[in-house]
Amino acid sequence: MNESSLRLRLSKTGRAVYISHLDLMRTMQRAFLRADMPLKYSEGFNPHAQISFALPLSLGTASECELMDFKLSSFMALPEIAFRLNRVLPEGLHVQEVYEQDRKFRHIKWLDVEGVFEYNLRSPALVLPELTDFFARDGIVIEKKTKSGTGEMDISPAIRSILFDCGSTTVTLRATLSAQEPTMNPDNLVSALRQLAPDLAPDFAYFTRKQVYDADMNVFR
Amino acid sequence: MDKRLTHILPKVQKPARYTGGEYNQVIKSKADVDLRMALCFPDTYEIGMSNLGIKILYGITNEMEGVWCERVFAPWGDMENEMRKSHIPLWALESGDPLSEFDIIGFSLGYEMAYTNVLNMLDLAGIPIHSSERTELLPIVFAGGTSCCNPEPMADFFDLMAIGEGEDMNRELLLLLREAKRGGWAKAEFLSKAAEIGGIYVPSFYEPFYNSDGTLSELRVKDGAPELVTKRIVEDFDNSYFPTSPVVPSTEIVHDRVTLELFRGCIRGCRFCQAGYAYRPVRSRSVDKLEEQGIASLENTGYQEITLSSLSTSDYRPLGRLCDGLLDYCVPRSIGLSLPSLRADNFSIELMGKVQQVRKSGLTFAPEAGTQRLRDAINKNVSEEDLLNTCRIAFEGGWSNVKLYFMLGLPTETDEDVLGIADLAMKVLALWKQHASNKSRGVRITVSTSCFVPKPHTPFQWEAQVDMDEYRRRVSLLRSHLRAKAITYNWHDADTSLIEAVLSRGDRRIGAVIEEVWRSGGKLDSWSEYFSFGRWISAFEKCGLDPKFYACRERNIDELLPWSRVSMGVKPEFMWNERQKCYRAELSPDCRKKCTACGALSLMSGGRCDE
Repeated sequence: MNESSLRLRLSKTGRAVYISHLDLMRTMQRAFLRADMPLKYSEGFNPHAQISFALPLSLGTASECELMDFKLSSFMALPEIAFRLNRVLPEGLHVQEVYEQDRKFRHIKWLDVEGVFEYNLRSPALVLPELTDFFARDGIVIEKKTKSGTGEMDISPAIRSILFDCGSTTVTLRATLSAQEPTMNPDNLVSALRQLAPDLAPDFAYFTRKQVYDADMNVFR
Repeated sequence: MDKRLTHILPKVQKPARYTGGEYNQVIKSKADVDLRMALCFPDTYEIGMSNLGIKILYGITNEMEGVWCERVFAPWGDMENEMRKSHIPLWALESGDPLSEFDIIGFSLGYEMAYTNVLNMLDLAGIPIHSSERTELLPIVFAGGTSCCNPEPMADFFDLMAIGEGEDMNRELLLLLREAKRGGWAKAEFLSKAAEIGGIYVPSFYEPFYNSDGTLSELRVKDGAPELVTKRIVEDFDNSYFPTSPVVPSTEIVHDRVTLELFRGCIRGCRFCQAGYAYRPVRSRSVDKLEEQGIASLENTGYQEITLSSLSTSDYRPLGRLCDGLLDYCVPRSIGLSLPSLRADNFSIELMGKVQQVRKSGLTFAPEAGTQRLRDAINKNVSEEDLLNTCRIAFEGGWSNVKLYFMLGLPTETDEDVLGIADLAMKVLALWKQHASNKSRGVRITVSTSCFVPKPHTPFQWEAQVDMDEYRRRVSLLRSHLRAKAITYNWHDADTSLIEAVLSRGDRRIGAVIEEVWRSGGKLDSWSEYFSFGRWISAFEKCGLDPKFYACRERNIDELLPWSRVSMGVKPEFMWNERQKCYRAELSPDCRKKCTACGALSLMSGGRCDE
């Protein structure tokens, strides 16, 4: 029986990156119904499907590793689940694997992102060393919007590593950031530049979430 | 995706509205396609994606070999600003291609307040707004939908307008365009051939002339076009196309559910109701077909709600049987079934209980008028007794939320009728106090009034709208008599109703006003955030036209009406007679009791209505 909690890994790319977190939940529920695989519902007055995502993704960010927990109301072979879902998902959403989960999401600690910084006027080759220097600082304190106004956050401990490379018109980066406690949104990298080194801030930036890890840098599944 | 687009999407609200890529979208290879249609809805994605007509036309057009039909919606203001700043022309969602690459651009016109959006969308696409400025064959810009039953206000902008139901007409039009494209026809040649298709009104073939008092003296037919354009209908509605695999939006829309269409037309004949006349004759679908279509739609979309839609759903004869059949499927799957627009007169306890199995929503009734006399005058066959009886049953059954809809400014309305609304609401409240099964939950009675807008092709097409000051006086009169805490009173503002009344019964000169409003920044006029009464009034002044001439003036029987070249099937004499009956507060029977020989049956090649 797979009464047990199941987990799927989903990629979200292309046009699907503009589907918000809430809309993604609704989209997945509908996909399960289209695939004729009823999700298990919570008991109670207002039953709802028991699904949850590990780390909500910002609108506009792509991902190769969205993890979603769910329960089915009846048994189905794991590869069959992925196969059926992929036939009924909208463009840009693709289930990479389905498995029984044995670790809670709270064990996720780090995540890998790839980013692209676009510059309209500055040359990427000239910006590159300055970017590297900037993120090598010991303290990078930025202002962050919180639920109760604005707060300060030193993002440097939340950046485990960051590497920049240079394309013909863009700077690319690969970084390992703290996924939880504290949550480091890759957009904070751009905010840091805007606030502390406006000359280095890209005119446009976008990111792809590549991988998630636990505290010991083992890939989290 | 266009790189410029990826740069602006993160800056706008709800970007998923602009990306396409939804489940069930139709993607075709351009190599297999020789005709491309842009199906445009002149309002936002959330509204347009909820529209059943759009789903039907999208599906049926894409079933045509070699034709690719894509969706286009109006961007919200923030998106429009970004598009104009980055010089991104309006595009279709499926391919992302700009509208200028399409062969034919069709707008669905369901309400008049969307008219300015049509001009704005054409302009955003870089397409000249006037038909006369578009001298080449392609793209053809046309419109269909209920508002086209008076084609004149938008006549300057469209090459042609499709009157009536689009299923067959759209296909015939596309086949003709394919022929024209292959044969290298001039636009004029295409238009004269198109005018031979039943239901197609080519505005440039009808030239208006005016009397010195501003009324129409002639709508002169040119180039051998038909004297009268009669609307098209789908005769065999039971076997007609229904979209069981509609596009499933990846973001929330207004009506985010499966919509089943039980029947077209309405047996009732409420004298104010344009839809009630414009969609005659009544044609329904069989229970078996509907169950099949409902279940297929749920399976193909994954929606968890289904609604039964029609002008007066409770008039569907086998409604109980249909609900039973659908509930057998829905209940075990936690799918909600909802029934909109119930009449207060034949709403059974049984039906209420059935629908309640899944979810209990509020009850909505539209008595439209406060006294029996006025309800009789407008031929709204609802008695106070029926309404109160239904409310009693509902309260006993645990409902505690009732919405009542009325109109102010109906022909023959007096202050007594206005106060009748307050009386009725108080009686409903008293009933709750007497019969509520659970009083601790409290009760909420919502009374809403809108300002009556006389519409073309109804018995009230000759009527004057009450002026804004008088409407406001009636609102405050009613307001001062609705003081109970449990009653909420909402009223529609007078400004939009006046503009709607002008656009509904306008002649071709109104086109200049619409254009002027748009040029001075008007768009999204059905949204209070964007509607500006002042902008409309200055446009009227600038064009030398008086809105009251169109809205608040009674027409006499001899006046030539701007929509007189269009027939919706119902005879003008019938409508005039219905109007006279209104003044005598005399009822007409519904189509089921007795055929009133309105004329709509002549649209069918055989058989009878409502079989």
